[in-house]
Amino acid sequence: MVNNAIVFKIDGVEVRGKPGQTIMHAADEAGIYIPRLCDVEGLEPQGSCRVCTVKINGRTAAACTQPVAPGIEVENDTLEIRNCRRDIVRMLFHEGNHLCPCCEASGRCELQALGYRLGILQPDKYPYLQPVRPVDASHPDIMLDTNRCIRCGRCIRASRHMDHKNVFGYIGRGINKQVGVNGKNLAQTNVHIDDHAVAPGICPVGCIIQKRRGFYDPVGQRRFDLHPIGTEIEKTPKGIKK
Amino acid sequence: MKKKRISTISLAGCFGCHMSLLDIDERILELVKLVEFDRSPVNDLKRFKARCDIGFIEGGCCNEENVHTLRKFRRNCDVLVAVGQCAVMGGLPVMRNAIMHSKDPLRECLETAYLNSPYVYNPTNDIPNDPALPLILDKVYTCAEVVKMDYQIPGCPPSGDILWQAINALLNGKPSDLPSEVIKFD
Repeated sequence: MVNNAIVFKIDGVEVRGKPGQTIMHAADEAGIYIPRLCDVEGLEPQGSCRVCTVKINGRTAAACTQPVAPGIEVENDTLEIRNCRRDIVRMLFHEGNHLCPCCEASGRCELQALGYRLGILQPDKYPYLQPVRPVDASHPDIMLDTNRCIRCGRCIRASRHMDHKNVFGYIGRGINKQVGVNGKNLAQTNVHIDDHAVAPGICPVGCIIQKRRGFYDPVGQRRFDLHPIGTEIEKTPKGIKK
Repeated sequence: MKKKRISTISLAGCFGCHMSLLDIDERILELVKLVEFDRSPVNDLKRFKARCDIGFIEGGCCNEENVHTLRKFRRNCDVLVAVGQCAVMGGLPVMRNAIMHSKDPLRECLETAYLNSPYVYNPTNDIPNDPALPLILDKVYTCAEVVKMDYQIPGCPPSGDILWQAINALLNGKPSDLPSEVIKFD
């Protein structure tokens, strides 16, 4: 296996990847965290959120879809890339209605956690669009609040590839693109509370909510209360990047 | 060393951020050695006595009085800091802008509050419209949409520790440099 290793560099550090592996997976195995939102373990990478943007030999690419190649120089933790990611996360905050104080996903929301990690203290660079989007509470066990959707497609891929149901899908285009269901509403689909697509770890924000659970982790014990996002991957946790 | 003058105000907020300021506990004795409070609910002063070095704004703008107050603060303060989610992004009041899924969110908000809720007793069936009441804006605006803000401290409310660190940084002329562990948006 060692002979087949593809050697490349991330921020000057030598990393060994396997043929067919993406830069993000090779970085994860090497203990280097590349921030991401649309990619999650177990699902096909999609490369849509662009939070994992890195520079490969001077050209930008999504680390979750770009395969490793011998000798490439990847820039991950540079000021330019951090600013780029900060802008992307800011725009995601501004495109939806992300009201952390009243969101059940607060404390375990990956968008919020990236906001902390990237040090977004002044999110007024762009105007708040405050779109009017539907809330679907028709299902007895699941609620869909598309105001919080960041269009990562994780629920769509999980429903298609893991549940084999195709419950979720994109509707609309451009700024109006959002997640819809394959029925009049959630109650009229064959979605079930035990589906992978509606499991807590799939939706990175508070768009898909399991009813009657509420704020189930007390403040201080929530997923990102103790450690910033990505520290489970990093060998030497660095916390926030200024 | 000359004491810095600071002023604080609550706009469309719940006073939680001011309560959080009191959460710095005994450090408030240290604070009053460094600063002098101007217009603020802390000392119940309604008008500015002098130009201030730092102004802390809690809450966004939901009526015309909030806008006037905020503009007055901008004119009278060298550095203006938005404190808490309401000032930074509208907080809970901003829910009336879009989340109500209505084409006329303000009207629906007022009708729900004064006419249609199950426990409302309103024999005249009027929505309060006295000229003495501040005019409610079409939507809730964040502070940064009305005037230029210099710094923002997120949180609902930000903890006393964050406020203490931020005030100390500002008094020393440094930009607020908060560690990730203390930053919270909720």
